[in-house]
Amino acid sequence: MYEKDGEKYFVVDEHIHFWDASPENTTNKYGEGFIKCFYDYHKNLSPEEYVWSLEKYRKYSEEDMMHDLFEVGHVDVGIFQSTYLSDFYNTGFNTLERNSVLKDKYPDKFIVNGSFDPRFEQKGLEAFERQIQEHSLKGVKLYTAEWNGDSHGWELDDEWSLKHLDKCVEHGVKNIHVHKGPTIWPLNKDSFDVADVDRVASMYPELNFIVEHVGLPRLEDFCWIGTQEPNVYGGLAVAMPFIHAKPRYFAQIIGELLYWIGEDRILFASDYALWQPKWLVEKFVDFQYPGDPEFDDYAEITPDIKRKILGLNAAKLYDLRVPDELQLVTVGEDTGFDVTEKPATER
Amino acid sequence: MIYHNEVLDALSGVRDPELDEPITDLDFVSALEIDGDSVLVRLRLPTYFCAPNFAYLMVADAQAAALSVPGVERATIFLDDHYASEEINGGVNERRGFDGAFPEKTAGPDLEGLRTTFRRKSFVSRQEQLCRTLRAEGRPAEELANMRLEDLPPSEEFETYLARRAELGLDVSAEAPLIVDPDGNRVPEEAVVQHLRFAKTVRVSIEGNASLCRGLLSTRYGIPEREEKTA
Repeated sequence: MYEKDGEKYFVVDEHIHFWDASPENTTNKYGEGFIKCFYDYHKNLSPEEYVWSLEKYRKYSEEDMMHDLFEVGHVDVGIFQSTYLSDFYNTGFNTLERNSVLKDKYPDKFIVNGSFDPRFEQKGLEAFERQIQEHSLKGVKLYTAEWNGDSHGWELDDEWSLKHLDKCVEHGVKNIHVHKGPTIWPLNKDSFDVADVDRVASMYPELNFIVEHVGLPRLEDFCWIGTQEPNVYGGLAVAMPFIHAKPRYFAQIIGELLYWIGEDRILFASDYALWQPKWLVEKFVDFQYPGDPEFDDYAEITPDIKRKILGLNAAKLYDLRVPDELQLVTVGEDTGFDVTEKPATER
Repeated sequence: MIYHNEVLDALSGVRDPELDEPITDLDFVSALEIDGDSVLVRLRLPTYFCAPNFAYLMVADAQAAALSVPGVERATIFLDDHYASEEINGGVNERRGFDGAFPEKTAGPDLEGLRTTFRRKSFVSRQEQLCRTLRAEGRPAEELANMRLEDLPPSEEFETYLARRAELGLDVSAEAPLIVDPDGNRVPEEAVVQHLRFAKTVRVSIEGNASLCRGLLSTRYGIPEREEKTA
């Protein structure tokens, strides 16, 4: 919970990790390249006083995490998005098993999402079903660019992916977090393409598809899909830290998202330990658009809109109990875009 | 005798297809060596995992640009510090083509389809930039919908817009309408506001990506961040 100027905010951090990229756990040069790439993101976009050493960044402790999220970070509930990267890290990067240790210890503070990889076909499907039951999953994180031997990616509407999504429907795993990455097959197509999200969102109206990083670097494609599919959401991981290092760009992103998909389908995330929620939450609550014409067509972001983005939208998806005093001040107001106005000239 | 400037000048014609800016402005060219009639260019990118298809295009385009300089007989291009450096450098320098560089990983022989997708985005973005300036000068969008290319005074933004438009093979003659979609169809007056509204999202996306990439490159190589142009 965060309070400023008499306004209170319930905070759900919908994208966090407890990763191990220590040298001992790193398998090859790709794992080495991956964590160094993450570290450059961290270093480039964080305020100086929040930059860690590479050594700490590769493997931080439970104490670091509890402190940064819950003691000083204003977070009420954090959602682990398990990411395996088994080709890069010996015991995986940020696995369900590793995250569950913290979940078991602090059951009210964490939600753990599972994951599946359709390339394991029937065997994977059976393991996924056991995972759902064992961990009472409500969501999964899918990394479609994950390497697996010779394969450098998959698509959400691949045959075996659909079989897994059917299982999600069957067991009420209703929140499907999708992370598009840069190495999908085939290489001659745009590897950040989010078109497969569009297709599965239409096929599974009972599931919610949360596109992580709001589709960046293809914000425009994501906005387009978001206007057409009511069950598509945008997670702000990676977009949030621009609020410090690239404030103009942050203002444009949030303005575009509110314009196209509206205030009910945007979710706050720090992507911890890429960035720390404390400064992100504080800067977001203080946020206002710069005062030049570029921002004239964006509506004001009220405290209620900030409340929805910071926690209430995610609380709804995960059926979290929110104390009365942290609910919306104004009930029933809505912004967002009328889908029928969308021009059809760009595609 | 081949001069550095000539080669750099040629390289400045190579753009990052995704960011729509010259690789020289983006600081992607890290070294240039000339030895007789041979040129060696080293390129670097903001991350180890930058999309290999765009990386390949830049390496291949840089080679073609270097070879276009009179007197250059051989041009070797090395992309450094990328997970697929070996495949890309081999593919370009040994002229194996994209599908030769990544056998089994591509569903087509070349990247022209991908290039076109991003040329369309660049075109839409440059159009919005130009129209934004014109609207700020007091011309309503509906008026722009009825203007022809010949109605516009020369400007740098206009030149860039025409260049992107020509790349797509669209009509750039004096009497052609100012605002067309990426297929060349005139956008009617009643649709122009929404057309430009979506175009703005495309521009925001491209500019934002370019800004992020500049920052990451500067962090990765410990070099100062290049100044960016914003609309």
